[in-house]
Amino acid sequence: MNIIEEIRNKYGDRVEITEKARHRVYVNIARADAKELVAWLFRDMKARFSIITGIDVRIGVELIYHMSFDAQGVLVSVRTQVPKPELEMPTLTDVVEGANWIEREIHEMLGVNFTGHPNLKRLLLPDDWPEGEYPFRKKTYGSEQENAVREEER
Amino acid sequence: MDRKAVVPVGPFHPLLEEPEFFTFTVEGEKVVDAQVRIGWNHRGVEKLAESKTYDQDVFLVERICGICSTSHPFAFVQAAEDISGIVVPERAKYIRSIIGDLERIHSHLLWVGLAGHFIGYNTVFMWAWKYREPVLDIFEAISGNRNHYGMFKVGGVRRDIKESDVPGLLKAVDGVEEFCTMLTRAVMDDPVIQARTKGIGILKKQDAINMGVLGPVARASGVEIDVRKDFPYAAYDKVPWERIVLQNGDVFDKTAVRLLECLESVKIIRACLKQMPKGPIDAEVREVGVGEGIGQHEAPRGECIHYILSNTSNYPERHKIRAPSFMNVASFKKTVIGQQIADAALITAAVDPCYCCTERMAVIDPDTKKVVMTGDDLVKLCQEKTEKMKK
Repeated sequence: MNIIEEIRNKYGDRVEITEKARHRVYVNIARADAKELVAWLFRDMKARFSIITGIDVRIGVELIYHMSFDAQGVLVSVRTQVPKPELEMPTLTDVVEGANWIEREIHEMLGVNFTGHPNLKRLLLPDDWPEGEYPFRKKTYGSEQENAVREEER
Repeated sequence: MDRKAVVPVGPFHPLLEEPEFFTFTVEGEKVVDAQVRIGWNHRGVEKLAESKTYDQDVFLVERICGICSTSHPFAFVQAAEDISGIVVPERAKYIRSIIGDLERIHSHLLWVGLAGHFIGYNTVFMWAWKYREPVLDIFEAISGNRNHYGMFKVGGVRRDIKESDVPGLLKAVDGVEEFCTMLTRAVMDDPVIQARTKGIGILKKQDAINMGVLGPVARASGVEIDVRKDFPYAAYDKVPWERIVLQNGDVFDKTAVRLLECLESVKIIRACLKQMPKGPIDAEVREVGVGEGIGQHEAPRGECIHYILSNTSNYPERHKIRAPSFMNVASFKKTVIGQQIADAALITAAVDPCYCCTERMAVIDPDTKKVVMTGDDLVKLCQEKTEKMKK
């Protein structure tokens, strides 16, 4: 059975699946179920953990877990929204050790707090980088005028 | 023995794409703990890419790495093409594969040379680097540059390979194959190299899966992954070649995987040069489109993956880059602990992270904080062990 059907069978209407291309599948899921789904893909479905992408979407941070099914040639990207201001997400490190570094990176770059992470210290930023300053967050500009200036500068 | 010493390794070397800083805690000769810290050269490329156009970004990502400079543009253009399904002309696909695999050969040869230097076999170092030169000459013939070829663009490639050049290139590739075969035999049959690398720094298959390691590091541990086979792209599914997988996961197997892969790359390049169809080398791309795309490329060190979220403008909204070393370097904790400090230089190098580590190693006495050994001393220690073995 192919992996898309497996996910659909197990999660039913809790997931929203988009098959963008033959190798690319995107799965949207609520934050509460996301870790369980990713852990299941890794442990039982034998996916390879590729990476997590974090995107600032202003109201929160979107996390995309890229899980690769190499034998089938399908990259399943599990997407979930983590709302601001708490930005809390359970860590994946207890399931996949390789998630350690990328969670530290997303923590320092976007401010997502991975609960239960064994060592949520800085990985890339210098030690004297100011607290609460997240370089990969999008700038929010006040007025439309400012936005216009910004566009012009580009 | 209860006296422990801390060995800091790194962080900087200007040649390499990722400076790393290792702290080995040693008890006598044995490494009992290893910590890694990275970030010295974090240039914010992901953020920078958001303020540049897609055409400029191809050049930007090419500058991420100096050794395998094609890997990132390769993944980037595929991510951009994936957004709205831009179709690349056949000829461009072949040229992409040729560039991608020439790079694998020169990157692997560079590594084999350095590995030889670490264990005190400077002949291997001289040979491997000598035989790497003709590969760079081929690059120069195709692109005009020995490194940073600037061959890639969204929708195709920038320069064509002239039909009249093909016979000459095929001859040059034959020469490369001859060298690689000779070097592979010389390295793999050498009893001292075997004694020095077999059973050293083993990465178990389960650990390899858990840490998500990639490329030759994973394939040496028996994990069958190779983006070129699993997610066929460019011309990799159109030419015959084998995926090299070994089982032991030690330094010897990591070396063997790389050497054997060079020969597979030669096969790919030769077949591509011969089969390359005539036609255009790029598609006209008016806009990248709105949406998201992922590009993967099997770089010399493993899968390189780019994710692009595109909005209505000509700039990416978000650009995520994951280089293979990001996953591979983290596997040190599994391979170095329990090994001898004389092997640490070799084991750290076996992942082919970048060589920044070894040249700046220093042993510090924890009580006096004085440097008692420098990086050169540690390489010497590694080389002396080989000398002893020979006797």
